[in-house]
Amino acid sequence: MHTSNCLTRRHFMQSLIAAGIVTWAPGQGAAQMLSQSPKILEGTTFDLTIDKLSVNFSGKPRTAVAVNGSVPAPTLRWREGETVTINVTNRLKTNTSIHWHGMRIPTDMDGVPGLSFEGIRPGETFTYRFPVRQNGTFWYHSHSGYQEQTGISGAIIIEPQTAESEAVDREYVIFLSDWTDVDPHTILSNLKEDGSYYNYHRPALNHLSGDPQTKKFSTALAQYLMWSKMNMSPTDIADVSGSVYTYLCNGVPPSLGWKGLFEPGEKVKLRIVNGSAMTFFDVRIPGLQMKVVAADGNAVEPVMVDEFRIGTAETYDVIVSPENMSYVIFAQAEDRTGYAKGILATSANNEAKTPTMDPRPIRTMADMGMKMKGMAMPAMSGDGKMNMSGMQGGGMEGMSNMDMPANTAHVAAGHDTSSMTVRSDSAMNMHVPPEEVARTMWDQFPLPQPGRDVLPVGTPTSVPSPLPHLASVLKVGPEVSGIAVITGPKLSDPGVGLQHNGRRVLAYSDLKARYPGVDRRSPTREIELHLTGNMERFIWGFDGKKFSQAQPITLRYGERVRIILVNDTMMEHPIHLHGLWSELENGNGSFNPYKHTLIVKPAERLSYLVSADVKGHWAYHCHLMFHMEAGMFRTVVVA
Amino acid sequence: MDNEPFAHVLLDQLEGRASATGTQFKWDGEAWAGTDFNRFWVKSEGNIARSSMSDGDQEFLYDRPIPRMRYFDAQIGVRADLDSDPTRAWAAIGLEGLAPYEFEFAPTLYIRNDGRVAGRIEGAYSFRVRQRLVLEPQIELNFYSKDDKARKVGSGLSDLDGGIRLRYEINRKFAPYIGYVYSGSYGSSAAFTRATGDATHTSSFVFGVRVWR
Ligand SMILES: [Cu+2]
Repeated sequence: MHTSNCLTRRHFMQSLIAAGIVTWAPGQGAAQMLSQSPKILEGTTFDLTIDKLSVNFSGKPRTAVAVNGSVPAPTLRWREGETVTINVTNRLKTNTSIHWHGMRIPTDMDGVPGLSFEGIRPGETFTYRFPVRQNGTFWYHSHSGYQEQTGISGAIIIEPQTAESEAVDREYVIFLSDWTDVDPHTILSNLKEDGSYYNYHRPALNHLSGDPQTKKFSTALAQYLMWSKMNMSPTDIADVSGSVYTYLCNGVPPSLGWKGLFEPGEKVKLRIVNGSAMTFFDVRIPGLQMKVVAADGNAVEPVMVDEFRIGTAETYDVIVSPENMSYVIFAQAEDRTGYAKGILATSANNEAKTPTMDPRPIRTMADMGMKMKGMAMPAMSGDGKMNMSGMQGGGMEGMSNMDMPANTAHVAAGHDTSSMTVRSDSAMNMHVPPEEVARTMWDQFPLPQPGRDVLPVGTPTSVPSPLPHLASVLKVGPEVSGIAVITGPKLSDPGVGLQHNGRRVLAYSDLKARYPGVDRRSPTREIELHLTGNMERFIWGFDGKKFSQAQPITLRYGERVRIILVNDTMMEHPIHLHGLWSELENGNGSFNPYKHTLIVKPAERLSYLVSADVKGHWAYHCHLMFHMEAGMFRTVVVA
Repeated sequence: MDNEPFAHVLLDQLEGRASATGTQFKWDGEAWAGTDFNRFWVKSEGNIARSSMSDGDQEFLYDRPIPRMRYFDAQIGVRADLDSDPTRAWAAIGLEGLAPYEFEFAPTLYIRNDGRVAGRIEGAYSFRVRQRLVLEPQIELNFYSKDDKARKVGSGLSDLDGGIRLRYEINRKFAPYIGYVYSGSYGSSAAFTRATGDATHTSSFVFGVRVWR
């Protein structure tokens, strides 16, 4: 079954008709495992059954929750312009739900229990029905409890109505996920007692033997004490690590390696989905350059890269042209405690050498947005340069030899140090009177996905780039262990652990939409939100408040707003707004990329535009599952 | 969603103390249950030697993070001295949390209805030698405003218990350790202790296990 999707469609149509629970245990044997890429279901009507399933990903038998007996869930193939009907039957003893991630659909079809629908009770069948008005690679997952971690997530492929994407000979979904044998509830409980519970790379005496670059004890000690003073750790990269995660590629652990076949000379499209609960993956295929053609389901101007970071819930489509016998799709976890692995090969017998993982990244004071004694401020160019040269280099001597990669220059050049202070959105009263929305525009709501034949609507007003911001009104406290003093754009920074690794790594500044944005209007309002948290207590939130302490964010139906996110924590957060597009302001104007999930790096300040073109209650949250559960969640009401 | 309750028990010291005068068994632990902002705490410690129990101290506390403080909680409740000596009950108010440089710090003030006041300061520091090998110096000091001969405590600094333990975390929740502990009584406490024939200064080799769940 590891042949191309197109060859097997008919077969899957049959299995769809036969719809029932297929029981299989993924760990039963290597041969069986290799044959078990997630099934592909196609058509307009789907029957999905959610039930328990015994699985074995780590050598120990465990119980997963599965969709149609499959972990990950079957891949759903839809066509733009059709209306799909999905009957989801719950055979669990607890409520369940399915959320269609990135889909622009009515709010009551979005599948977030307590927000837009009740959830699916045990024994019930809930029917989702909505028109598919977009195309690209998306995914779906449960929004109930920890079910996303325990098995309910799968890919969605939507064919465009008119063939407009680059022709390829073959395509595969590469669905990355993190499996754990530990009950997710126990994981969160352990993190509440000890925020570093899963981090086995904490600063220790052996790290004091010398600074990595200067080999000086005094530098190492000074850094150790600086972090220690704040009760924080520079090795807080991921909250949950490979110590309890097995990273899967299409449901196959790296010990076996999922395998996809190709003929030499073929163009192969890989639809890469990060369907993990808590893991950022750094993806590369040694020996192959990848042409990135879509991000979060939206076409971008092709960009050739060696590697890219995919945050939890993001998707990227890449095209590769493999020539040799075999290649490894190598997706190492951001904290380098493990990896997911796939193999592209010309024959099922071909293996490929797995590369060694890169060194573990280390956070710097710049990631904290901290000012440092004796450190000149121009270093804070907001492009991540300081990450490398600032602390690790041991101060000034490390900074004198820093170079400015070409791709980071334009953001740095436009950076204004005087604006590097932050303010909270608590004073959300910066209203510019709403512009008159033309009747013709309302008729087009919800606005279509950008495309070749889509005409933009609306006219720009004179509101320029982000409004000036004031000092932060946030205060430290139980929910806020740090406030970044210096924040700025880091769009051309590929992220901690990926800078200067000798490879061409994708950065957000590389994403230029292939088709112009649909809503030409300028924002009439800005909402600034700070991402906050306290790692020690494992409390996360926006503006120092957990979900339960906060009011919903209200958007007026039809308005266009700019959301500014400021990350005051020392971790990356993939922020996901349901139902509406997030148009990342990365300097490409009308060609700013449309996304549904945006990584915000430590001490980063980024902004994006949102058209409130679908009424309802939408979830807005960090897609790290335990951050969401610990409070980094808001309701956005469009009314 | 974000107000789910959790519960944990940590026995920081569960150990045998071997000294020139014999071996005693010591426990010191705490448990909490609740949400981020409302927790119920139990703290318990005591010594058992020659079938008599000393230093028995059980506290039942309500715990809340302190606004504007990142890592400190306020705790208020009761303390009961329950062991082979006469029982005492106290009202308790204290702090518990992480001071800068990851220094665990817990000062508590105790008041009895007859106007007696006592204080306790606990401190500890976890020094990570390797990922699973931790060297932890720890100290506990007790102060009393007035003598209480029946419980062998005197005014001023009454007693001190300080040690250094080297533990190996087989996993996060189970870590056997060895160490060295000094415990001493001072002032009139020392006199009361001497009167019962016990040693006022004891150095012990300790072996035990730190467990939590
Ligand atoms: Cu999310």
